Amino acid sequence: MPHDHNEHLSPSGHPYREDNDEPLTYWQTMEISIRELLIEKGKFSSSEISEQIDLMDSRSPTDGAAVVAKAWVDPEFKERLLQNGVSAVGEMGFDLGPMHLVVVENTEKVHNLIVCTLCSCYPRNLLGLPPDWYKTREYRSRAVKEPRSVLNEFGVFLPKETSVRVHDSTADMRYIVLPKRPECTSGLTETELASLVTRDSMIGTGIIKELNN
Amino acid sequence: MIKDKRPEHRWHDMGGLEAGPINNESHDFAIWEKRVDALLTLSTKKGLFTVDGLRRVLEDMGEDAFETLSYYERWVSSVNQNLIEAGIYTLEELGEKMAEVKKRGKTYGSAQKVKT
Amino acid sequence: MMILNGSHVKIKDISPPGHLRTPKYIRGKNGVIERCLGVFKNPEQLAYSLRAEEYDLYRVRFKMTELWADYSDNPNDTLDAEVFAHWIEEITNAT
Repeated sequence: MPHDHNEHLSPSGHPYREDNDEPLTYWQTMEISIRELLIEKGKFSSSEISEQIDLMDSRSPTDGAAVVAKAWVDPEFKERLLQNGVSAVGEMGFDLGPMHLVVVENTEKVHNLIVCTLCSCYPRNLLGLPPDWYKTREYRSRAVKEPRSVLNEFGVFLPKETSVRVHDSTADMRYIVLPKRPECTSGLTETELASLVTRDSMIGTGIIKELNN
Repeated sequence: MIKDKRPEHRWHDMGGLEAGPINNESHDFAIWEKRVDALLTLSTKKGLFTVDGLRRVLEDMGEDAFETLSYYERWVSSVNQNLIEAGIYTLEELGEKMAEVKKRGKTYGSAQKVKT
Repeated sequence: MMILNGSHVKIKDISPPGHLRTPKYIRGKNGVIERCLGVFKNPEQLAYSLRAEEYDLYRVRFKMTELWADYSDNPNDTLDAEVFAHWIEEITNAT
């Protein structure tokens, strides 16, 4: 029996759209049919499906933000993270499953930007599902050819001296950006630091704004 | 593949092509979309097919599908194709099941299997 | 045999009409090996449910000015892509 998720909030904090009352579409008919056939044939159970949905729901940019904050306060952890993303993140209790993770660091000299030009590969097992814009033709086409113009559209304006390094996720690696820690944050706790980290800053289409004290 | 406008450069290989401003809206995923995502993850985890097969079918669907269908509409179509190629169910089983589901009701909610 | 970090390489410039993970815009271009990522199964075979061979997978770094003839931003801008060994040719007399 399919588990009803309507009482849960989606990761954005909004209720799921009331799609139970929507007119049934051809593609929804296909989804229901595939799901039921796979369950009937014993390939998996309905509780495995709902557990997988819960697992994906539990992943969000908050997880990535916690990793970033730890890297900011713990230089040795940062080095391990840059060397081997999966094992460092595993130290914090995050299970990335089969996902390979490469963490790339923003500095004064280098700003990183992540894209998948061929489809929509994204570090979903750490950050949750990708935003719609990441999958668009416009982002996929332009990020690798005119990254600064793309960054400007996202409100990121880099100094001329900073070079851009774009990463196209063409194979088995998935990437997150380790954004630069803003100035004047030495008094903040790791949790407070994590709350500054946005999803877009871990894709490279955002930066952490400097705090104005 | 032969439908590509430039057959030497496949439509999905988008890096460097001319394109306009990025629409940075996002939508919350509907439950049926999350179920499609879960079907893909569990199917690949259990070795029924690979994410490479998912991508190959998405590519072969052509550019029109990318323009006219939503992300998860294309995904469910690709998941289905991959499961058929893997022999997990027959077309007859799929057709009969889809007909049965449609008979249950006119909304997504009423088309779910009746609780027994 | 593994290609060393820093080696100059060229990406093969062929365009077979099937499932590939070597984007068109890097084919025929010169780059540098940034690191070897290990051995992975060939997606060109996995996609068709064939038994897949394993190849070394590399991150290759390209200058944007190498990829795009009209690139006018910072000449130090780069692009990194993951490329399988069978798409990579070592350039032995790199300048």
